[in-house]
Amino acid sequence: MMEITEGSHAVAEAVRLCRPQVVSAYPITPQTHIVEALADFVANCQLDAEYITVENELSALSACVGASAAGSRTYSATTSQGLLLMTEVVFNAAGMRLPIVMSIANRAVGAPLSIWNDMQDSISMRDAGWLQFYAEDNQEATDLHFLAYKVAEDPSIQLPAFVCFDGFILSHTYEPIEMLTQEQVDKYLPKFNPAEKLDAKDPISFGMYATPEYYMEFRYEMNQAQKRAKEVIARAGKEFGTLFGRDYSALVEGYQLDDAETAVVAMGSICGTVKDAIDEMRATGKKVGLLKIRVFRPFPSEEIAKALSKVKKVAVLDKNVSLGSKGGATAIEIRDAMYGSTITVKGYVLGLGGRDIRKRDIKEIVALCENGIGDQFYGLRKELI
Amino acid sequence: MALAVGCRARPGKSRDNKTGSWRVFRPDFDHEKCSKCGMCQTLCPEGCVHENGEGFFDPDYTYCKGCGICAAECPKEAITMKQEEK
Repeated sequence: MMEITEGSHAVAEAVRLCRPQVVSAYPITPQTHIVEALADFVANCQLDAEYITVENELSALSACVGASAAGSRTYSATTSQGLLLMTEVVFNAAGMRLPIVMSIANRAVGAPLSIWNDMQDSISMRDAGWLQFYAEDNQEATDLHFLAYKVAEDPSIQLPAFVCFDGFILSHTYEPIEMLTQEQVDKYLPKFNPAEKLDAKDPISFGMYATPEYYMEFRYEMNQAQKRAKEVIARAGKEFGTLFGRDYSALVEGYQLDDAETAVVAMGSICGTVKDAIDEMRATGKKVGLLKIRVFRPFPSEEIAKALSKVKKVAVLDKNVSLGSKGGATAIEIRDAMYGSTITVKGYVLGLGGRDIRKRDIKEIVALCENGIGDQFYGLRKELI
Repeated sequence: MALAVGCRARPGKSRDNKTGSWRVFRPDFDHEKCSKCGMCQTLCPEGCVHENGEGFFDPDYTYCKGCGICAAECPKEAITMKQEEK
């Protein structure tokens, strides 16, 4: 059934349908509406889950780690400073191979304090071992939660997953959402039944220490699981498409890319703006296309190199910056994916701390890229610097 | 031995963890000087000094980390720490 719903409420409803047994989160703007809605569901007996209220995000994810190790399907949500406060547990959850799903309503990080959107928070966690999905719109933000649990809990993966969507731009926006029914979700997402769990009758410890003789192999195995996740995502995304009509099997998605000479690469809600700008540029005869990255971890290097193999120039949009490097994380990784090709890759750091990106900005970036100008911040207010 | 996913461990794993590989100095027990007082066994933090059939004491090099407490405490100076050859 199609419904006009706020992004956060749609995500909360999707989480409810996933039947998490334990929810632990700490409210933080712009994630708050999700956890408020889930608290309501639990209070109103619409969700049979343990809702653990905690004093901060470090405790929230710690509670999830314990619950997940005990064999519960577990959920949390956070953003920005909250995610940074969780950091130690973020790495531990992945190392213990616990398939926790956590929504990230992407927000800038301090200082300076900003509650507005960019992707610095989740991108900063790119080395932690979590799968990272990025949504373009609220339908995708909703659906990716079903997919995330399915992939994270796959016995061959056993890694936690972020479902990221732009704070405010998506989390607080009302859009028509086609919500699945409980029956449909139950069919797609079987009960979480891990082979090993905390049990007083059969004791086991998670994430024990590893001496130098063992540690590296554990990290290698996590990396192997990330690599395997590509295929599992493709399979789970295809099954989702077969059952519900929206196919998420591709880790990257092209728009007007087949005959494009210049490609814009982007993640998240900005892709909608890019598509509109492309439509207008196409109308004037410019051959421009978009490559949207839906999955940032595992990073689809081969898929990206293949999708961009026929273009001449690539403009990568990054709502994050790796300070002290050449620019944003996506541009750096795409340049690595394209190493050895003659295609020009230029990065643009933009939209930090909630600065709007409009269609005319996309057109200007395409023009800059075509003139070989890039690897810079875009949209700076010159009068301030 | 295949790794346990997520470094998960059943009880008793400390026996599998052969801490002897950590050792830089190994205690060398001289039974000629030993008075069989048993201080080395009592004070070993790893519990890896054992009494043999003759009442003397021997370290278990599989687990001995080479901390040197036995050598420092031995009243007869019957234990010397020697550089491990690797």
